[in-house]
Amino acid sequence: MPSSDSDMRSGLFWFMTGMRGILSLPALILMTSFVGFSAFALESGVTRDQAVFMTLAVWALPAKMILIGTMAGGAPLAASFLAVTLSSIRMMPMVASIMPDMKNDKSPTWLLLFLSHFVAITSWVFAIQHLNDVPRERRTAYFGGFAITLTLVNALIVGVCYGIVAQFPPIVAGALFMMTPVYFFGSIWASARHSVVKLAFVMGVVLGPAFALVSPEFDVVYAGIGGGTLAYLVDRFVIRRRKPPVAASPAGEIGHE
Amino acid sequence: MSENGWWVYVVIIVAGWLATDVWRYLGVIIGNRLDEDSEALQWVRAVATALVMAVTSKLVVFPTGTLADTPLWLRLGALGAGFLAFLLSGQRVIVCVVVSISLLIIGLLTL
Repeated sequence: MPSSDSDMRSGLFWFMTGMRGILSLPALILMTSFVGFSAFALESGVTRDQAVFMTLAVWALPAKMILIGTMAGGAPLAASFLAVTLSSIRMMPMVASIMPDMKNDKSPTWLLLFLSHFVAITSWVFAIQHLNDVPRERRTAYFGGFAITLTLVNALIVGVCYGIVAQFPPIVAGALFMMTPVYFFGSIWASARHSVVKLAFVMGVVLGPAFALVSPEFDVVYAGIGGGTLAYLVDRFVIRRRKPPVAASPAGEIGHE
Repeated sequence: MSENGWWVYVVIIVAGWLATDVWRYLGVIIGNRLDEDSEALQWVRAVATALVMAVTSKLVVFPTGTLADTPLWLRLGALGAGFLAFLLSGQRVIVCVVVSISLLIIGLLTL
């Protein structure tokens, strides 16, 4: 079938287009973070193979830091599991919020489950910024091209850099550490397409550290659910009420289908 | 040590892979049922953004490693100035990164 042949080529084309995203600023910043992670893993007594395996299996950097932190402290398996689980609850709304943009009617669930493994903050921001510019039926290929490549490249970086960079000069280490949060501040604000996201942004920034002082174990969960819900309520009942009602017709891309 | 070796992989699989991917899979199942224009999706977006920014802002306020010894005002000042420059420059992300990191490095060198 000529049409399925061109479909396949097109899928490959979008996969490769997504791959090229690893040369973007956010991907390069994340790579510097993983160079830092390989030094952290070495200092914490994790072997090279374990550090690479962890990068592929867990992927999210904060979860890995917590996992290593509890392992290095000699915590029992159940305690490590609980700590990582609590830190990873955020994955659920992150993945859920990009699913409506990523899938199409024919996307098999197994594919979406597989691709969700590669969701972490950088690929989440990438999805929010770029998925809407890609034809809907090519979005899974495009996202996979970026996110899978990003994971594999960073696993490679951990394997290669482990042992080479035992310790950076303090100023370089500090600047590298600061790159990731600073980048997220800019890119997440810039990619906000809804007023509710900007409100939630401010809530998270203020409430994250505030709850860390009150309840260090659950701070991010409280800040996320509490701050996010508050942002939603303020947006719905204060901000959107002031604006003239938006026409109920859905966005252009649905109109094409 | 070989006994210790395989146990570490069990820990990584159970406490690492399982503990993170369970939430990702639940996210797929929930996200599959959300309409692109629904109020529920607006709320999920808000919660996701607040969670991510809570993690991000904690990295600046309570950093680990070398930055833990630097003054809070320097980190917040560098980030704040960078973010302001970012807003004034028409939201160019590179401006945010370059201004913040430059100010941080200048601060670390002069302190």
